[in-house]
Amino acid sequence: MSEQDPSPRDRSNDLAISRRDALRISAAATGASLAGFGKTMAAAQPMPVALPGMSLTVHFQVNGNHIETLVDPRASLLDVLREQLALTGAKKGCDHGQCGACTVHVDGRRVASCLTLAAKVEGRQVLTIEGLSLEDGSLHPMQQAFIDHDALQCGYCTPGQIMAAVACVQEGHASSDAEIREYMSGNICRCGAYVGIVAAIRDAAVTMGGD
Amino acid sequence: MQTFTYSRARSINELRAVQAATGDRILAGGTTLYDLMKLRIETPDRLVDVTGIAGLDEIISHPDELVFGALVTMSDAAAHPAVLQRAPVLAEALSKAASQQLRNMATLGGNLLQRTRCAYFRNGTEYPCNKRTPGSGCAALEGLDRGHALFGGSGSCIAVYPGDWAVALVALDAVVDVRGSRGTHTIDVASLHRLPGDTPHVETVLEPDEMILNIRVPVGRLAQASTYHKIRDRESYAFALVSAAVALELEEGFVRQARIALGGVATRPWRVPAAEAGLTGRRLDRATALEVGRMTFADARPGRHNGFKIALGAEAVADALMIAAQRSENR
Ligand SMILES: Cc1cc2nc3c(=O)[nH]c(=O)nc-3n(C[C@H](O)[C@H](O)[C@H](O)COP(=O)(O)OP(=O)(O)OC[C@H]3O[C@@H](n4cnc5c(N)ncnc54)[C@H](O)[C@@H]3O)c2cc1C
Ligand code: SF4
Ligand code: FES
Ligand code: FES
Repeated sequence: MSEQDPSPRDRSNDLAISRRDALRISAAATGASLAGFGKTMAAAQPMPVALPGMSLTVHFQVNGNHIETLVDPRASLLDVLREQLALTGAKKGCDHGQCGACTVHVDGRRVASCLTLAAKVEGRQVLTIEGLSLEDGSLHPMQQAFIDHDALQCGYCTPGQIMAAVACVQEGHASSDAEIREYMSGNICRCGAYVGIVAAIRDAAVTMGGD
Repeated sequence: MQTFTYSRARSINELRAVQAATGDRILAGGTTLYDLMKLRIETPDRLVDVTGIAGLDEIISHPDELVFGALVTMSDAAAHPAVLQRAPVLAEALSKAASQQLRNMATLGGNLLQRTRCAYFRNGTEYPCNKRTPGSGCAALEGLDRGHALFGGSGSCIAVYPGDWAVALVALDAVVDVRGSRGTHTIDVASLHRLPGDTPHVETVLEPDEMILNIRVPVGRLAQASTYHKIRDRESYAFALVSAAVALELEEGFVRQARIALGGVATRPWRVPAAEAGLTGRRLDRATALEVGRMTFADARPGRHNGFKIALGAEAVADALMIAAQRSENR
């Protein structure tokens, strides 16, 4: 790992661990069981961010708050949000990218947080359903539209639906019912509230127009 | 899930160094690899995250070639104006795959190397599976084979290659630039994936330490009059039952050149040169298109539950040819 960080503000910078962390981790890595590890390090080789059984520190923003937390390298963003940060809005439906219940935004793009390694959000901005309401505490137009159109039954899929729907509108993929259905197909609703969901998005797209 | 070492490479040189020293497994979007690690089918003990490597997340539109960095996301490629205009088959193959959430995460390089969705493979040690545990047998051969291959299967494995993007790429004769201990070299996408043979667990011709850097696609009249037609169990967000990637060059209604590749029905992306030759020089109308569609499936070897894909596939190819022909006229 080179002494200096590459200068342009690009994604590689955001992902790079700070030198202080790298040192702290590599210091820990020279413990008894891993004593030989340092010898295998070539000059230009990236410093491991986490070794087996070790936690790694990730720094990121959630709903505008700076977070620094230790995570297991195996942990998903979904598990860190729910188990460590007590943000239980995003739901675990399938844990395999198939249902959309865990949808959150990372750097403004919707993703499946169950298939996102928490280690990958270093330096990123995460938005969850808890951070969606407006500063004065009033509901986001999409939340209001879901209420107005009765776009749910049990509500389990709803936080994921709403986060996906907000992104769907922001991406410009809500110009017709057919387009809404296509771009919302990653969010399964076991209660079958789809008619209300499409109506809510159609409505909120108009309200959000100035976005 | 077992524990693993996690590191981040910020340049190809860093990646090369870590590969040479400790042979870490590449992690891109993780939508295949992390998924299969949760299922304990993949058990890497070292992962190197390559998504921070600069310079591999661009699409460049040259006069006769589109170049895709391996780290471009599926969603960015699907929405790129040059891709939509110059090679619609590529944009459609991407936008009809997975969901927008996954397309925002998944990379074009990782996509090529996604693994089969065979339920016996994914469901764990309860079932024999030569791909998961070499030598254990194949549960699908005597089991439910509705989703399994009509082409390219062996007595060891009949699992379908599930991706869409690679099918569109082979239709356009695309190549990948690869870097690893053998140096930098170029491979046709058509020869990237292996037939299962006796070693279904060996899926590609890549060495473990090789990284795909770029995907390059020749584009011209043929690529412009192209389409990806995907038939699924539901309207959206499902793998292909059968899909057809088609490109045409027409001259006054007569076919000068045709490309036909199939997805969802073969153990790897499947070009059908015999059907391409059968169409060349002919006037294209719906009857001819259907005849060629049937020709495309002439060598199909169905199992017990997937025979329906022959008629379905013939219609899909015919429809794709008619859509591509329309695009040729509208040029
Ligand atoms: C619910 C669901 C539905 C899906 N539906 C579809 C669908 O309809 N159609 C479709 O085509 N796909 C579909 N997919 C598959 C998805 O497109 C792939 O998982 C994704 O494209 C893989 O890309 P990735 O960057 O996440 O790869 P990763 O998971 O990071 O990597 C996949 C493999 O490639 C290797 N690798 C990654 N990048 C490189 C590189 N540059 N060079 C060498 N090796 C590399 C990794 O080591 C790993 O073995 C679906 C996936 C899910 C979970
Ligand atoms: S078809 Fe292939 S992947 Fe599926 S059970 Fe048989 S060997 Fe395994
Ligand atoms: S829990 Fe993430 S997609 Fe189902
Ligand atoms: S409201 Fe119950 S799953 Fe959608």
